[in-house]
Amino acid sequence: MRLYAAVAAGGFRRYATYGTATAAGVFTNTVFGFIVAFTYIALWDQRPGLGGYDQAQALAFVWVSQSLLAAGALIGGGFQEELQERVRTGDIAVDLYRPADLQMWWLAADLGRAAFQLLGRGLVPLAAGALAFRLALPPDPWRWLLFLASVGLGLVVSFAVRYLMGLLAFWLLDGSGINLMMTVVSIFCSGMLLPLTVLPGAFGAFVRMLPWSAMLQVPMDVLLGVNSGAGYAAGALGFQICWVLVLLGAGRLLQAAATRKVVVQGG
Amino acid sequence: MAEVTGAAGPAGPAGAAGAAGAAGAVREREHADLVAPRVRGRVREGLRGYGLIVAMWMRATMTYRMSFVLSTLGNAAITMLDFAAISIMFSHVDVLGGFTLPEIALLYGSCSASLGLADLLLGSTDRIGARIRDGSLDTMLVRPVPLLAQVAADRFALRRLGRIAQGLGVLGWALSSLDVDWTVGKVLLMPVMLLAGAAIFAAVMVAGAAFQFIAGDAAEVQNSFTYGGCTMLQYPPTVFATELLRGVTFVVPLAFVNWLPALYVLGRPDPLGLPEWAAFLSPLVAVAVFVPASLAWRAGVRSYRSTGS
Repeated sequence: MRLYAAVAAGGFRRYATYGTATAAGVFTNTVFGFIVAFTYIALWDQRPGLGGYDQAQALAFVWVSQSLLAAGALIGGGFQEELQERVRTGDIAVDLYRPADLQMWWLAADLGRAAFQLLGRGLVPLAAGALAFRLALPPDPWRWLLFLASVGLGLVVSFAVRYLMGLLAFWLLDGSGINLMMTVVSIFCSGMLLPLTVLPGAFGAFVRMLPWSAMLQVPMDVLLGVNSGAGYAAGALGFQICWVLVLLGAGRLLQAAATRKVVVQGG
Repeated sequence: MAEVTGAAGPAGPAGAAGAAGAAGAVREREHADLVAPRVRGRVREGLRGYGLIVAMWMRATMTYRMSFVLSTLGNAAITMLDFAAISIMFSHVDVLGGFTLPEIALLYGSCSASLGLADLLLGSTDRIGARIRDGSLDTMLVRPVPLLAQVAADRFALRRLGRIAQGLGVLGWALSSLDVDWTVGKVLLMPVMLLAGAAIFAAVMVAGAAFQFIAGDAAEVQNSFTYGGCTMLQYPPTVFATELLRGVTFVVPLAFVNWLPALYVLGRPDPLGLPEWAAFLSPLVAVAVFVPASLAWRAGVRSYRSTGS
């Protein structure tokens, strides 16, 4: 455990080094927050209550999701490119000889990264949004705790999905195509493009069942308390835990298959 | 081709300053009569270098053909997502900010195609921060090709055709569904809008690359003006607050990429009250943005101190 804590701390510090990049990211998230917020105001002016949110809730959705997207690596980024690169160059053989589990190693590193980005890229855009617009943020600290738990689970789901993508490099060699397709799916299915409750009918219901909804839509609904009550929160976190178990398990299976594929070339 | 010339124009002198140093610049001033052909030579050299690097990256891309196909489709899909969002919005409303879906599609398609074109030709400039950080910019400075040409062609990504194709597709749909009262001026304005729009985005990219000499790895700041700007221009100006409109009209004049020409074509007034002829100013605005951008680039190259790694 101490080892993985050290790896996570390393992940945190590594991203904390890039001060300018973080500042640039904060700027970008704030700019996009403003643009999206104005379009949502136009939309919710026309259709108050769309997707079960009032305008202040929709605006909170915009700004909180801008604060979460770097941590959740919802528009790309994160460790998977590095893992793919290590597979491509063969450095992965060294990783496999380390006295640490490959999946847990990367999970720890990615959670360290996410924790930094939650603080470094999350707080300022949210504060900017709260200053410029009226956001429906709950005053109840209990709700924020549940939200943070849900965000944590969402980060693990996000990791687990990207770990599967990373391992595909064992078969595809170049992962950039699959990463891009993955980003498309993640932008649409997480709720970042539009809250998933706005998607129509059975299609919307289907998208809300997918793991990506556990990364953004579910934490947002826990925070906004749309379907409030302890029962809903328990169900929401339960949904996330199910995906965590399924996807981490799938990762282990694929990892075992991938490891058998490794051929260490001498020289 | 106009874009390529525009892209490499400032590259000549800038590259000279970077590679040959101030001595070269002094010599150029002493032989004033020789300057024009020499600059033209540098432009030709820049274009040639750009072409060679582009060809190299295209061959490299084709090594992993499956990945290329996936990433081109992904590139088109990822930009299509914005339009999907707008379409889903329109499944709940009839107008947004007073504009119908085909009218918004005109805005969306034109800025997407313009940004796509600029992105294809110059989009790699945002990698310069990473190059500065890891020290590989030094290698570029000693090569006999203007620096901007190298930076622009760095990892040239043909998959960006995806965005252009998708933007033109939506634009075509918009034009076929709109009931525009076409005049000669309006017809001519369409290609001018696309090319001048691309040139404005390209200038922003050069300025952003120059900014990274000072700020270090700040690619995302550049992206908020290009990708963020395009996201904004997809929606009608009536959606946004007046202060924001003033900012993107008079400070970073993105409104000239497509809002002003498109409003003219649609016969709608500009919310800031600019006269109708402002719609035709985009090429001038593009030139006006390129001048400070290329000066900033030159200043950036001159101020460059290697990280030494």
